[in-house]
Amino acid sequence: MKQRFEFHVDSTRYLDDHGKPLDDLPAQAEDTERTLAAYRNMVLTRTFDAKAIALQRTGKCGTYPSVLGHEVIGTAIGQSLAKTDVFVPYYRDQAAHILRGASLVEMLLYWGGDERGSAWKNCPEDLPIAVPIATQCCHAVGVGSAIRIRGEERAVVCCVGDGGTSKGDFLESINLAGAWHLPVVFMVINNQWAISTPRGIQTGAETIAQKAISAGLPGHIVDGNDYFSVIEALDAALERAHAGKGGMVIEAVTYRLGDHTTADDATRYRSAEDLKKAWEKDGIKRLQNYLHDAGLWDPDKEKALQAECKQTVEKAVEEYLATEAEPPTAMVDYLFENLPVSLRAQRERLAAKYRGGE
Amino acid sequence: MSSAEVRDVTLVEAVNMALAWEMAHDENVVLLGEDIATNGGVFRATVGLKELFGFKRVMDTPLAENLIAGTAVGMATQGLKPVAEFQFMGFIYAGMEQIVSHAARMRNRTRGRLHCPIVYRAPFGGGIHAPEHHSESTEALFAHIPGLRVVIPSSPQRAYGLLLAAIRDPDPVVFLEPKRIYRAVTQSVENNGEALPLDTCFTLREGDDVTLITWGACVMETLQAADKLAEQGVSAEVIDVASVSPLDRETLLCSVAKTGRAVIIHEACRNGGVGAEIAASIAEGAFLDLQAPVVRVTGYDTIMPYYRNEMAYLPTVGDIVEAVEQVIAL
Repeated sequence: MKQRFEFHVDSTRYLDDHGKPLDDLPAQAEDTERTLAAYRNMVLTRTFDAKAIALQRTGKCGTYPSVLGHEVIGTAIGQSLAKTDVFVPYYRDQAAHILRGASLVEMLLYWGGDERGSAWKNCPEDLPIAVPIATQCCHAVGVGSAIRIRGEERAVVCCVGDGGTSKGDFLESINLAGAWHLPVVFMVINNQWAISTPRGIQTGAETIAQKAISAGLPGHIVDGNDYFSVIEALDAALERAHAGKGGMVIEAVTYRLGDHTTADDATRYRSAEDLKKAWEKDGIKRLQNYLHDAGLWDPDKEKALQAECKQTVEKAVEEYLATEAEPPTAMVDYLFENLPVSLRAQRERLAAKYRGGE
Repeated sequence: MSSAEVRDVTLVEAVNMALAWEMAHDENVVLLGEDIATNGGVFRATVGLKELFGFKRVMDTPLAENLIAGTAVGMATQGLKPVAEFQFMGFIYAGMEQIVSHAARMRNRTRGRLHCPIVYRAPFGGGIHAPEHHSESTEALFAHIPGLRVVIPSSPQRAYGLLLAAIRDPDPVVFLEPKRIYRAVTQSVENNGEALPLDTCFTLREGDDVTLITWGACVMETLQAADKLAEQGVSAEVIDVASVSPLDRETLLCSVAKTGRAVIIHEACRNGGVGAEIAASIAEGAFLDLQAPVVRVTGYDTIMPYYRNEMAYLPTVGDIVEAVEQVIAL
């Protein structure tokens, strides 16, 4: 028998669990300012996350999905995307949203049950958070198609979880990106868990990245807790997409350190020992160690950053808590651009029922 | 293309005319679907458009309806006005999550930051001896969804004018084309780019004794029934609902206030059909004007039979006349 084709999936890892370089670092490591900015964003994200969980626990925020373990990946996405590119998130991309310009207040409003949380004034073309799993992948290729139709040098990054790669939306979308040569980078955040379902029974494939090959796209695996391998892969994928060379699938391997959401209890399905092992690979601590070893960071700087992040988050929380709910008539007002006659009476009833609700 | 051009066209040709007009006048209008470019669509609704506007604007997609529905959402957020074709309504269900959970919600979810000026076109309804899954009328599934418009033309002129309106509307429209009358009649249509209003019923025939309320292919049988009733001395008003959601209740209620009787005719199953919403609206808004109960003439609450029995499923002229005789007798 003759072998017709040969495929491969590359993987990269530059820093070991303790932040020690395993090999020559990529060019991205020379940009110390960008690396420090990445670290600051990761710490801000983690500070925000802890506060959001605390707000939920005290009845001041709705169900919230912790971003613990995703901070490195989201930060690299936010840094690699150009302002004119489009970000198509799933629902655990807080680190990326902050860099794209969605405010902490908006994020709290969204999880706090207020539609204005997706009004994003600073990143008007980014898609809102997508709750139905993997559905955003189809939007990403739609945005990519619009870019291709208009011949623009822009690109899209679309996030999806390991569970999401089992859905047709993901497979249909990577297939279209391959068939139509679309500038869409699919960032598969493989955090090992789809609520309680482990990665091992999500697919029989050895890697998720190899699914790219079936779609005619390159697939690449990175250590999702190694900032340098994530940012290098994203920079390269976006450079390729901007140059009209098509899309890509990157599988960023990490571990969901928190519960699925505040409504979940992960102790029901995973061991404390596994979680402890995963914490040893934490990407924030890893980058901190690296920066420390490189002489770019010290305990005083850490202390100052922690205080600054805490203050930033507290300020956002104050503003969030002080934001009054929209009048109930808002549920009618944003349904259509032109309010149909048939909805007028319902709007009037709402306005009358909640006096002053206009 | 001359703005004064008048052509005798079928309903499906009117769809093609409207698409061509709007693509020529708005570069943001793009088409996507299965077999729509080189083949011109399985019903030929998009024939010749690839030649006029190129593959970049007339796109043959991979065979994945969910992808078609969701790709249109992404395109729309970038300011394009996609017109997505589903080959048959029986295959639209794979796309429902995208239509219901994203296209219909994007404006509301982002507080107007992004919106979805999409038209989802699908041929629907029975009567063409098609295979299983090719003949259903499930417009009520979409009429139930807030944030969607559901529009159904019933003549070449209304297909032209309503499709132009649907493409220009800044929000998503499910545009269902009654394929039984795709080529049933020709009508003279002026290719002038003039749209017809959405959210509006069309009174096709005025009458005093009973209001016949219908849409889609059943408009044909309903008009024939009105002719027969006229011979019996019964004056029937015929209303083409056209926009089954949101409903133009005002026109319906005014007519029932005048005639005092209403018969609703639709091809879809009765249970939970759009006819039920109309009947309830009449009960709420015109009860004291009614001289007889509202009666529905509909398909059965069964699976659409395969084609040997499909005509037994569809409402007939006789069914409509009989229903009117029943309400007139009261």
